[in-house]
Amino acid sequence: MRPLDVLRTALWSLGSNKLRSGLTLLGIIIGVTAVIALMTIGRGVQQGITSRIESQGANLLFVQPGSTSSGGVSGGQGSGSSLTLEDAFALVDPVFAPSIKAVSPQIATNAQIVAGRENTNAQVIGITPEYGLVRNAVIETGRLVSSGDILANSQVAVLSASVSEELFGLLSPVGQTVRISGRQFTVVGILEDNNVGFGQSNQVLIPITTAYYRLASQRTAQGGISVQSINVEATSQEDMSTAELEIATILRLRHRITGDDDFVISSQQGLIETLNETTTALVLFLGTVAGISLFVGGIGVMNIMLVSVTERTREIGIRKAIGAKRRDILFQFITEAVILTMSGGVIGLILGLSFGPILNGRAVLGPRPIETGFSLDIAIIALVVSGAIGLLSGIYPALRAARMHPIDALRYE
Amino acid sequence: MVATLAAAGEETPGVGRPESGPCGVLNMIEIDNVTKVYKMGDTELAALGGVTLTIADGEMVAVMGASGSGKSTLMNVLGCLDVPTSGRYILDGEDVGKLPDNRLANIRNTKIGFVFQTYNLLPRLTALGNVELALMYGDSRNRRQRAVDALERVGLGDRVKHRPTELSGGQQQRVGIARALVKNPGILLADEPTGNLDSRSGDEVMRILHELHAEGITVIIVTHETDIAEHANRTITMRDGLVVGDESHAVPSTSNGL
Repeated sequence: MRPLDVLRTALWSLGSNKLRSGLTLLGIIIGVTAVIALMTIGRGVQQGITSRIESQGANLLFVQPGSTSSGGVSGGQGSGSSLTLEDAFALVDPVFAPSIKAVSPQIATNAQIVAGRENTNAQVIGITPEYGLVRNAVIETGRLVSSGDILANSQVAVLSASVSEELFGLLSPVGQTVRISGRQFTVVGILEDNNVGFGQSNQVLIPITTAYYRLASQRTAQGGISVQSINVEATSQEDMSTAELEIATILRLRHRITGDDDFVISSQQGLIETLNETTTALVLFLGTVAGISLFVGGIGVMNIMLVSVTERTREIGIRKAIGAKRRDILFQFITEAVILTMSGGVIGLILGLSFGPILNGRAVLGPRPIETGFSLDIAIIALVVSGAIGLLSGIYPALRAARMHPIDALRYE
Repeated sequence: MVATLAAAGEETPGVGRPESGPCGVLNMIEIDNVTKVYKMGDTELAALGGVTLTIADGEMVAVMGASGSGKSTLMNVLGCLDVPTSGRYILDGEDVGKLPDNRLANIRNTKIGFVFQTYNLLPRLTALGNVELALMYGDSRNRRQRAVDALERVGLGDRVKHRPTELSGGQQQRVGIARALVKNPGILLADEPTGNLDSRSGDEVMRILHELHAEGITVIIVTHETDIAEHANRTITMRDGLVVGDESHAVPSTSNGL
């Protein structure tokens, strides 16, 4: 039997019972739509997280103090105070650390910010001018902290957009005064909100020296100015591991370390991987739930095929009597099942994809807009899976049809 | 196997089993001590109890018998729809008794045309579609044209686009005949071809079968009506799974039959 005839016969059979075929199709469509929609949303979440993390600055390494432990109780990573401002400056070393492009130490504390009658809580971060470069901080208006501010311990502040909005509404805060922990600061700029999705978006940036002397004077045991973390930008993605090694070497020398490091170096990559693992697990879970509906759809196809084989016993007998081989009958029914599920797959794919643009950028399920990400592999997976479901659910009914004895089939009423 | 020669001619083969004859007509069908036993639980039912028969190429044979006589089982075995439990069946020189399913399907497709009492047309296909169906499982060159030709030959050239429900019983049976002959089979097996028809349609169907016979096709008709059997030039009578009578007789001319 020619492939075209097989196809035409299958379409004809499906078309001769449109309602039933349609309802069966619906089961597959819903399953595939659910899988596609959830996968694109999951993919979008993943891509969103990755891009937001990367927007914080490329090739970023974080150096934080190691954990302290007092009486056997670990204080957790970053709880120690082993890193100093001098450590940070020492990392800027073209000879011993050629893979390091820029270094930005920071001291952070939480404080109440007051402007007139308004007040809010924000993370106050003491920074150096390199912060802008390393963390990709974008200034909306005004300027960032300058070297002059650092040297003069100036009481200037850059507000994040959300802080500015809370304190000043739509007015421009540049030039205005805010009080941070009771001290007067002049606002010099507005920072675009960071959208990382974790950590605070309420941020106030001030010179690191000011932060140290006025807000959070914490010293190390050796008397250095303690910093909470040092952001290091490597010269390139490939140099990340070299940069990590250089940082470790310099800090070990400076801290005279022979045993365990008193600092921890982490990278965005690690962060992205961890988050990806989490979201992948989530996507898989959602995919499984959607997959179950697809599976149920497959059972529906099988059910209908079994009914159809029984109903068409006589037709099978006629076909066999005029010379159809087992293989011909087998292919005919499998083709019907596959056409059913594949077309369900295509329609589901289109529906699932159209959910993407509809949901994309809209806050449907929470305050944050949903992002969707689609790629060809999702489409291919959907089509292959729906085809495979057709094959699996069609094979048993088709075998039953093919094995019928022509005489019994012809006599069937 | 092919060596046995049958008594010549379409008109009068010798009484009984045709032995070798002068004209060198090959045997289309040779069955030798064929049995067919159905198992129903513990009991065995012999539908055919050792049938030996030879039908020459180009004969027109009627198989008669009451229901349960085994004539339908014989028909199924002859049509390669069923395989004998024991015995030999040589069809057109080929031993088909032990062939696998696929080969049997192939033989049904190329050598045998079936005409059923209940027509067995696919109700959702047009007359043309039903005839084309027979060509779908084998050589399908010029399918459309051959199907149209076959329909024209049974006088349904103007009914090709009609569905079975839009045709009379006689017309449906003629579609069935067209479906059987479109493959140019050597044998036409008709199982009570006129059983569901009024006498006028029945005569028309018989006239077509006569024409096909005249063109050299071996026609085997299973029937329990004597007047149908009289159309054939040989009548095989069956009872209890055995051949109890096999006689040749002069055929009334086609025009007489109408």
